[in-house]
Amino acid sequence: MSASFKEKQDSIIEDFQVFDDWMDKYEMIIDLGKDIQGISVEKRKDEQLIDGCQSRVWLKAEINNTRMHFSADSDAIITKGIIALLINVYNGEKPETIVKENLYFINQIGLQEHLSPTRANGLLEMVKRMKIEALKYV
Amino acid sequence: MNQTPDYIEGIRSHFPLLKTKVHDKPLVYFDNAATTQKPQKVIDRINAYYSTENSNIHRGVHHLSQIATKDYEDARIRIKNYIGASKENEIVFTKGTTDGINLIASSLGELMTKGDEVLISAMEHHSNIVPWQLLAERKGIVLKIIPIHQDGTLDMLSFEEMLNDKTKLVSITHISNTLGTINPIETIIDRAHKVGAKVLIDGAQSIQHGQINVTKLNCDFFVFSGHKIFGPTGIGILYGKESILETMPPYQGGGDMIKRVSFEKTSFNEIPFKFEAGTPNIIGGIALGSALEFLESIDTNQAFAYEKELLKYAEEALLQIANLKIYGTSALKTSLVSFNVGNIHPFDIGTLLDKQGIAVRTGHHCTQPLMDFYGIPGTIRASFSIYNSKEEVNKFIHALKRAINVLS
Repeated sequence: MSASFKEKQDSIIEDFQVFDDWMDKYEMIIDLGKDIQGISVEKRKDEQLIDGCQSRVWLKAEINNTRMHFSADSDAIITKGIIALLINVYNGEKPETIVKENLYFINQIGLQEHLSPTRANGLLEMVKRMKIEALKYV
Repeated sequence: MNQTPDYIEGIRSHFPLLKTKVHDKPLVYFDNAATTQKPQKVIDRINAYYSTENSNIHRGVHHLSQIATKDYEDARIRIKNYIGASKENEIVFTKGTTDGINLIASSLGELMTKGDEVLISAMEHHSNIVPWQLLAERKGIVLKIIPIHQDGTLDMLSFEEMLNDKTKLVSITHISNTLGTINPIETIIDRAHKVGAKVLIDGAQSIQHGQINVTKLNCDFFVFSGHKIFGPTGIGILYGKESILETMPPYQGGGDMIKRVSFEKTSFNEIPFKFEAGTPNIIGGIALGSALEFLESIDTNQAFAYEKELLKYAEEALLQIANLKIYGTSALKTSLVSFNVGNIHPFDIGTLLDKQGIAVRTGHHCTQPLMDFYGIPGTIRASFSIYNSKEEVNKFIHALKRAINVLS
């Protein structure tokens, strides 16, 4: 595993360790969601849309000097915050890393419920789509 | 003044799940329109059946089979009495409301021809939309949609104009699962009958909120799910008038629904068995009977009245919150409230309520055309039942304010 990929995940885990209240965790996620540059409404394209049951996500993927760069947006702020975490971890990584390496931080910070296929926010689809986008460049 | 009345505490004590904690917080269960919790009596009945009675029903000569058959058929009689049907052969066991509607669409639909019209409303659950769309594709029937007003009530003038001698069926929800609107089904049934159309009432939401009498209503079909009236999932009821059920072809083929099978010709069993192919959900039926027995043992009038009070109490508290909009403002409403707060996505509020132990539903509630009508992705829906209290409403409002604060 590339050092940076692991370090980035460990750093998120560390950031979340200080919270024992769920609301505090979510406050941090929401702040992350507010901070990332999304995709403005007029620039969103249908082919970028990942339709979850409840919240929708738009994902844009590019490659720049062998490194992946994602931008994304959602109509729900918690979903957007979780995307911000994913983007934080995946951006700047080689496509091979994204396709092959284990994404373990979500479980570690207790957000695995968002990854269940029955969960309605499309996060699982989002991770899948990010990997598929990366696979195009492997 | 918000002290929970003793009779509500009494009802509550029958439901073990309500003592559960979620994320270390005492559960406030406000998702009763999706499913209701089960009283101990129902849980015990399921346990007792599998512990001491389990056996296949009908045709068995042995002791256990006869006991199970009797209990299952006794449940049918109890259900018949509960909804005021006159004969037990008018009570068909199904998997649930969706299954009941599909049965009608498939079987009664067989008797329809190209150009026949079926009316539904703009507030229907997907399960009362899609079976008719499938029938339209299969048989060329025309599906027409009764429009609604902004307050979530039916446009009755349009309804009356849409009725004509081609109208074969009006299939309509008694109570909207998203808005809580109670539809004037008595008038609808009366008007539809005048043009010779039959009426199917989707009772999924109404069955837990008040006494139903299908004979007085004079509806042709009434469908509901067991799990929405304190019974188990996977069991439901289709009530149909005997004279109509008799004319309808079978729904599914298999065991139990036949009189005699040969490779040349098969003859079918009498109603209701004609519509009950295969080994049914035996304990589902029996335990649904137990759920009704439970309801008969409590003062439901008092409980239903308290539910109405809860709705009023909750709506008044919600309307104090800035930018909160309630969807469904009919004067006649059941005890559920659907709302949004400003531009906050319902998913975000639902997630933060869950973390505070509050179970509500967010999303489109399987009524996407209705969401399109209001131009919203979904709502937050709090739905109350006979075991909920004002204290819980207070907790919900408090948690909601905290969520809004974090999200704004």
